[in-house]
Amino acid sequence: MLIGTVFLAGLVILLTALLVIGNRFLPPESEPIVDQLEQLLPRIQCGQCGYAGCRAYAEAIASDSVPINRCPPGGTETIRELANIMGLPTKKLREDLGQASLDQVARIDENLCIGCNLCARVCPVDAIAGVPQMMHTVIAIHCTGCELCLPPCPVDCIELASRND
Amino acid sequence: MTEYQIYRGMTGGIRLAPRKELSTAFPINRDLIPNQLIIPMKQHPGPPAIPTVTVGERVRNGQMVGQSDSIFSAAIHTARAGVVVALEKRLIPSGTHLIESQCILLDVDTGATEESTERQHPWPDIHTNRLQAIRDAGIVGLGGAAFPTATKLDTKTICDTLIFNGAECEPYISCDDMLMREHSSEILLGVQAMIDLLNPKNCLIAIERDKPQAIEAMQTEITELGNERIKIAAVTIKYPAGGERQLVELLVGKEVPSGRYPIEIGCVCQNVGTAFALGELVSKAKPITSRIVTVTGKGVRNPQNVEVPIGTTIRELIQHCGGYTKGATRLILGGSMMGYAVSSDELPLTKTTNCVIASTDDEVRTSYQESPCIRCGDCAEVCPVRLLPQELLSPSKNFDFQKLDSLSLRDCIQCGCCDVVCPSQIPLTEYFRNARNAQHRHTLHQQLAETAQLRHTNKQERLKLQDEQTEKFRNDLKAQVAENSDSRQEAIEAAIDRAQRQRSLVNHKD
Amino acid sequence: MELLLIIFSAALVNNFVLVQFLGLCPFLGASNRMDGAVGMALATGLVLTLASGLSYLIENYVLIPFNLTYLRLIAFILLIGAAVQFTELLLRRISPLLHRVLGLYIPLIASNCAVLGVALLNSTEQRTLLSALFFGAGASLGFGIVLTLLSGLRERLNDADIPKPFQGTPIALVTAGIMSMAFFGFTGFLRL
Repeated sequence: MLIGTVFLAGLVILLTALLVIGNRFLPPESEPIVDQLEQLLPRIQCGQCGYAGCRAYAEAIASDSVPINRCPPGGTETIRELANIMGLPTKKLREDLGQASLDQVARIDENLCIGCNLCARVCPVDAIAGVPQMMHTVIAIHCTGCELCLPPCPVDCIELASRND
Repeated sequence: MTEYQIYRGMTGGIRLAPRKELSTAFPINRDLIPNQLIIPMKQHPGPPAIPTVTVGERVRNGQMVGQSDSIFSAAIHTARAGVVVALEKRLIPSGTHLIESQCILLDVDTGATEESTERQHPWPDIHTNRLQAIRDAGIVGLGGAAFPTATKLDTKTICDTLIFNGAECEPYISCDDMLMREHSSEILLGVQAMIDLLNPKNCLIAIERDKPQAIEAMQTEITELGNERIKIAAVTIKYPAGGERQLVELLVGKEVPSGRYPIEIGCVCQNVGTAFALGELVSKAKPITSRIVTVTGKGVRNPQNVEVPIGTTIRELIQHCGGYTKGATRLILGGSMMGYAVSSDELPLTKTTNCVIASTDDEVRTSYQESPCIRCGDCAEVCPVRLLPQELLSPSKNFDFQKLDSLSLRDCIQCGCCDVVCPSQIPLTEYFRNARNAQHRHTLHQQLAETAQLRHTNKQERLKLQDEQTEKFRNDLKAQVAENSDSRQEAIEAAIDRAQRQRSLVNHKD
Repeated sequence: MELLLIIFSAALVNNFVLVQFLGLCPFLGASNRMDGAVGMALATGLVLTLASGLSYLIENYVLIPFNLTYLRLIAFILLIGAAVQFTELLLRRISPLLHRVLGLYIPLIASNCAVLGVALLNSTEQRTLLSALFFGAGASLGFGIVLTLLSGLRERLNDADIPKPFQGTPIALVTAGIMSMAFFGFTGFLRL
């Protein structure tokens, strides 16, 4: 009876000690999962997912397991890729969050532009060229269709057009 | 006695009923003068050409009407004289589908005669001038891709084998066959010109074995020229032996690496139609203004090959060939394998449309019943690119781009062989084309995303730098004001001192 | 020679999953994706072999000499639990992605009856250390083969046109049943 208790206690202590030592010598690899998740997102920083930028959304997916269907510009392809890497089932895209899309570009009507520079300041990828008091224009090849420039314009001179035109 | 080598041993491919007897019974018809020309500005892979004429302007035969600086674009010339009626966007055929392009609408002056430009632009002596002449004549690859010929010939890589593609393996199409039968001397002129430009070790003219008249006509001309480097290669009668990569592999025995071009294994491949156009340029200084088009099928009264001015509408072409027959139900541009049906005959014919089929219901498969894949493997046996359509089907339906890349969907030439042999009648090529288009969009999106990330990071760094500079400026200014205020205080006190002494002096005086 | 027969028997003839029906939970749970399946097979293999060897040592050098064989079950479970934790540490270090994909199924290896089964079987039959280890290796090899096979089939099944009531687990179970019938064909192959 005594030997049995001693043996069990000894076994438990020995195994725990081994595991603690093992834990110290095998620290978890720094999580590159957030980097990998960010690479799957469109990285246009449109914010329609509700997070402050694509990296924030990636971090939220990695740590808080938020739903993976919140990225409108990424679309169903991004949902599928996120589902694959996270081992989750795919979900339907939350289209109610916004319509940002990589297939559209912003276009400034030069006749109406007043040069207030508010749009250029808010563009996350510096795709609007212009200095204050001078006319502004969108550099179409760099515009990502994130729609962030539309709200600040005081004269509503920015519209969205298909990228193929 | 013809001495030519027979090339068999093609990977995959299928034997198809040629159906060329319909259109090869008559010689090439040359008296088509259309009433209207719709001349597209985009008949090449690069950006559209810019019109050099305005509405209302009168143009001459062979005048340049479109011009471009891009090396992936080509000049456009009008085949007939007439008045420019409009410049507007129209739907035009391009490759495997229709696109919208700026077009010049021309009212043709049917009475005008053709002018000769021979003496004005003789074939130059210098290599670079020759390439420029080819560029100015708007010559592009007439085999389908419309790649500007001058750009293709402007290569620093050594060419071992120059191949001329007269295989014409797709059913119904016979324009190259007739061209070789009737214009072997002009074609060989172009062949010679290209040999001069590229200086290859060998030159092979590929003709399918079931075109004996073409082989004989070309062989006779070669023997007359006496150029030992030029040889005829009689290729196997299998579709798609005439595909550029397939032909190169068949003749040279080496595979063109995936995603790369034949020049990288020392081969240049040109269509015999392109050689003909070059021959016309060399001998008569003619820019490219027309091409031979096969008009065939049971739906047209007089099927034949016609020399068609570029920009002629399908409607006028079919009218010229006797019009539609009663049973005509479908209009197809291209051959029966890679062609596509169109719903309007107001479309213009371009530099690369080589065939128009008006078909009746008994000539084509009008419906199909898709059933599940039974894993028979026939599709993999016939694939000329050695792909696995069976494995590709599932990821193509699901747009699984990783899987598609690992199975090399990018190399699919969309020939349609797998469709023909599938016992379950699965439209494989359609799924692959869909997936390919989605893949293309996906790649573009990825590139955009990469750039966006970079630009965003740069912007954030720029803003950070700005903030730091502003902060520094503020701090410097504060320090300066503090410094100045000290010396200012001293100056004020010194002034007060002087004033007091002055006052006391004055007081003392009184 | 006998060692080879042990491996063959443990892997195929008396396959733990399809013939003895042990360890079905990770078998069905981790066979959704090929990379998860291979990872799970390797992890289980490591645990099995470790547990097999350690349990043999504990049995023959502590339990029997000290007359503590009534503690066998508890001791084995402790050992298996520790082995699983160790494997999880390793996996977390080597591939965080796989760790995330397998998720909950890694600690569940501890409750995999195949692992405990191997440990107990080793003690009921007279074995040497080497044959015990080979037995564990053979069992894990069989587990790995079957898991990989089923995951390959399930990946294809995902894209097939399956009637709604059968989609997901039902068709996976049907498939596993048919595979099991195939493995029963090995019966009588050898006599050990």
